[in-house]
Order: sequence, then structure tokens, then C-alpha cells
Amino acid sequence: MSIEWYVVLSSLLFATGAMGILIRRSPIVILLCLELMLNAGNLALVAFSRMVGNQQGQVFALVVMVVAACEVVVGMGLIVAIFRRKLPLDVDELRELRG
Amino acid sequence: MEAVLFFVAAIGALGGAIGVIAMRNPFYSVLALIVHLFSLAILFLLLTAAFVAAAQVVVYAGAVMVLYVFVVAYVGGGTESAWESIPGQRLLAPLLGLALFVELAVAVLASSLLALGQDGPQVSSGFGDPAAIGYLLLEKFLLPFEASSILLLLAAVGAIVLAGRRSESAVESATGAASAGAPREREPDEAAPVAPPTGAPTR
Repeated sequence: MSIEWYVVLSSLLFATGAMGILIRRSPIVILLCLELMLNAGNLALVAFSRMVGNQQGQVFALVVMVVAACEVVVGMGLIVAIFRRKLPLDVDELRELRG
Repeated sequence: MEAVLFFVAAIGALGGAIGVIAMRNPFYSVLALIVHLFSLAILFLLLTAAFVAAAQVVVYAGAVMVLYVFVVAYVGGGTESAWESIPGQRLLAPLLGLALFVELAVAVLASSLLALGQDGPQVSSGFGDPAAIGYLLLEKFLLPFEASSILLLLAAVGAIVLAGRRSESAVESATGAASAGAPREREPDEAAPVAPPTGAPTR
């Protein structure tokens, strides 16, 4: 399979994740859609690393995985804190910071 | 064979992604994301990135998804109401997603990178295996590696601070310190009425 298939699939997955963020309102699902977008970026990184024939892109993908794990951990902490305070888990209702 | 495997994995990844955004219950969204991650691991294997594929399955589909499942089980998967804060949100979002995809596809396919149309160069059998990646991480990318470990530590501490239960004893000790501090301030006031009687006989 030529590399462009992978890259087009990656952009399709990224667009799907962005669409999910626009549609959904539950913060958990929004975090899941962020995962989709990060993974699409990972796929593009690994595909381009294969295209160049250089493994450094794969190291970059691993670092992206670490960042995604950190994002998940902090996001889940926030969701648990929101839930403990009996606030609604809906990003449209949590709008105290909106100007 | 490779093409068949690619299309199976691509359909799995895309189906998982659509499942994530289409499922009403967040629990099923998490399960769909696990399908997506496994399909992506197959794609990584096809791209001869064995270590990244293994890390994807172990770290992502294993550890991170367990965290998701626990939090969804704790919070409870409430279904969203159909109320739209922006009129036509559900209609506009797919249009914007489609526009983003078209833009990305045009940007990639029109980039005149000739190597995009090929399978990539011939690589040795050790390409992307744990030894090669570990060598790169510890020799060439030592600083990013350590920085990411510090980032993980910070995230763990931050999550504990954010989600940690404010224990009753901590609250009591905080109020206890305040109530212990109050008498200490009142002591001079109480000492003042007491002092004159003790001072009066001596006078």
C-alpha cells in the first residue's frame, strides 16, 4: 500500500474526531474525540516516518502517546472533580468562564 | 495480502471512530475507541512500526482505556439531551468535518511529494523494533525522553490534586486550626478582664 492511503486515512480520522468534538457535549466523549485526533496525528507521523525510511518519526509518535496519556489523566481528574461537586457533565452548561 | 489487511484495519479504525461519536452511551463510545486503537495497531504493524504498535496496544488499549472505563462507570453514562445550544449544530458539524477532511486531503495529495505515491524505501528487518527505538530514545532523544517522564509525573500529581477527595479530617483540621487560632487571638481580651482583678489586690 502506498503511503498516501495511510495519510488520507489519517486525515479522515482527524476530521471524524473534530466532528465529534463539535457535535458531542459530554466532556468524556470530547476527551475520546481528542484521542481520535491525536491518534490520527500518530498515524500520519508513523506513515511519514516509513516514507522517509527514518525511525525518528516513530519516537515522535511515542512522545505524542505520552502527551495523550497525560491529557487523559488530567481530563479524567477534572471530570471526577466536576462530578463530585454535583455540577452537570455538559460543556454547554459549564460556562461560568465564558465571557 | 497487505492491501486486504490495510482495508480491514482501515475499516475497523474508521468504524471505531464513527462509533465513538455516534454512540449515545459513553460506555459504548469507550468500547468503540478500543476497536479503533486495535485497528490502528495493525496499521502501525503494516508500516513496520512494531514497537509503536506494541505500545499502542499495551499503553492505550490497556491502561488508558481502563482509566476511561473506570471513570465512566464512576460518573455513570448519562445520555445527552437533544437540546442544541447553537441552532443547526448537528447539521453544521458534519459539514465542517467534511470541509476539514477535504482541506487536509487536498493539502496532502497536492503537496507534490513524489514519495507519497510509493511504498516507501526498502528498510532492514530491524526497522522500528524495540532495540532500534530504545537506542534512539536513550542516545539521540534523551532529553525529550526525560522531559516526557517529568510530564507524566506532573500529570499524575495534578490528577491526584484535582480528583483527590477532600477528606473530612482535612476539613476538620482546617476548621480546627481556625477555631484554635480564634481563642489565641481572644486570649488577650480574656486576659485583660482577668488581669485587673489579679492586679487590683496587689495595688
